[in-house]
Amino acid sequence: MKQEIIIAGFGGQGVLSMGKILAYSGLMEGKEVTWMPAYGPEQRGGTANVTVIVSDERISSPILSKYDVAIILNQPSLAKFENKVKPRGILIYDGYGIINPPTRKDIHIFRIDAMDEANERKMAKTFNMIVLGGLLKICPVVSIESVVKALKKTLPERHHHLIPMNEEAIKIGMDIIKPIE
Amino acid sequence: MAEEVVLMKGNEAIAHAAIRIGVDGYFGYPITPQSEVLETLAEQKPWETTGMVVLQAESELAAINMVYGGAGSGKMVMTSSSSPGVSLKQEGISYIAGAELPCLIVNVMRGGPGLGTIQPSQADYFQTTKGGGHGDYHLIALAPASVQEMADFVELGFQLAFKYRNPAIILADGVIGQMMEKVVLPTPRPRRTDEEVIAQCPWAATGCKGRKPNVITSLELDPAIMEQRNIHLQQKYAEIEANEVRYEEINCDDAEYLIVAFGSCARIAQKAMEHAREEGIKVGLFRPITLWPFPTKALRERASNIKGILTVELNSGQMVEDVRLAVECRIPVEHFGRLGGIVPDPDEVIEAIKTKLIK
Repeated sequence: MKQEIIIAGFGGQGVLSMGKILAYSGLMEGKEVTWMPAYGPEQRGGTANVTVIVSDERISSPILSKYDVAIILNQPSLAKFENKVKPRGILIYDGYGIINPPTRKDIHIFRIDAMDEANERKMAKTFNMIVLGGLLKICPVVSIESVVKALKKTLPERHHHLIPMNEEAIKIGMDIIKPIE
Repeated sequence: MAEEVVLMKGNEAIAHAAIRIGVDGYFGYPITPQSEVLETLAEQKPWETTGMVVLQAESELAAINMVYGGAGSGKMVMTSSSSPGVSLKQEGISYIAGAELPCLIVNVMRGGPGLGTIQPSQADYFQTTKGGGHGDYHLIALAPASVQEMADFVELGFQLAFKYRNPAIILADGVIGQMMEKVVLPTPRPRRTDEEVIAQCPWAATGCKGRKPNVITSLELDPAIMEQRNIHLQQKYAEIEANEVRYEEINCDDAEYLIVAFGSCARIAQKAMEHAREEGIKVGLFRPITLWPFPTKALRERASNIKGILTVELNSGQMVEDVRLAVECRIPVEHFGRLGGIVPDPDEVIEAIKTKLIK
């Protein structure tokens, strides 16, 4: 199995770190992974995106023309990546600030209002983990157990008390994601 | 004990590998997209564990001349930078080659010319393989295509540099430096003791107790002696060319067309090759690992059953010249490249195969 995923949004939304957790979780399962960021000044507020590939076999290109899954967190990223989802692929988007929703009929489209949910619950910092939960519901690239293992491995010990909150965010994401007809 | 697999950026792998194989000193100056090398070293504080010196110099010029000094005393020393910074180091690199000293240079290329952009590029191929600095010299140039090779080539680079008393360079680009992949790091070992350095490097300036002084210099005002020195260098380069060529071939045995690409472009080209084969186009991939010495003979032999070659590079056509020389223009050799920091996707490579090679 191989999943080629793009995650795209604004700098500061946790796009790169979400990709990193996904890649690390793949590593925990003994899979091949690559994490390729569009690097540069994006961390300071521009658009940010990262390509994550999780595969059972050796990965050739870390840079792709088309994706199995696109996770879209703002309008400019939707414009850029909607057409790059493979036919019958998956597009997940956060509805916050989206004026022109996706229109393709040959892909599976899901909406997750993670931004609103995170704000309402005063869990703004777990926004990206809510989105990750949505992804894992639709497309179980890795198990939640592996995500928790990855968090333990990548977070410094002083932050380990935040892991349950992140687990909760994943579960919220799994609950609130819904298909768009 | 099972090998530990970790996930990290190519730049981070360089830093971790350097500490683990017992490098004595790193001298650098920050520049995107390779700053994580220095950052990781600063974070790891190897001066507290292995005793490795990590120093942010006041400039690239200072950094390469610190490398010159460290190398002259037989130490394992290195520097890293990105394109504009490596241009600044060229004078020092020429001196180090002229004085026949071992060291490792890392260039994580970005788009130029000038300050250019921070995005990936391979436009320093000419600079790396055809000189860069002045005079008749060569660097042993290794082109990693994965994070694993970033780690592995630190050790390989130093091995070759000490074997031939010649600077080695890792020529990577922003893609390889910035992406994260699985990597198994080398097993940690202590730095060499002073006695080991003296035993291994009888040519080095190690304090001349009980022996005549060693003189480290690239200067020789007598042209007759200087010519002999150059002839000696050329003999050494011929030996490196005979012994140290490295390359990888994928799907070449039944290939009708060949892509030749190094570094990140080889990865992108591999995906293009897979797609092309799904469409019934028999494409193979030839990846030079040493850019100097270039795998001229292997490519010439491989080309005997090939209809045409496409080079894929992040430049306007640099390695393509070496490919044409290798195949002696017996078959068409075309070039496809993106410039100034743009990285092509696999579809663009397939399109180039169709339009430039098959027609």
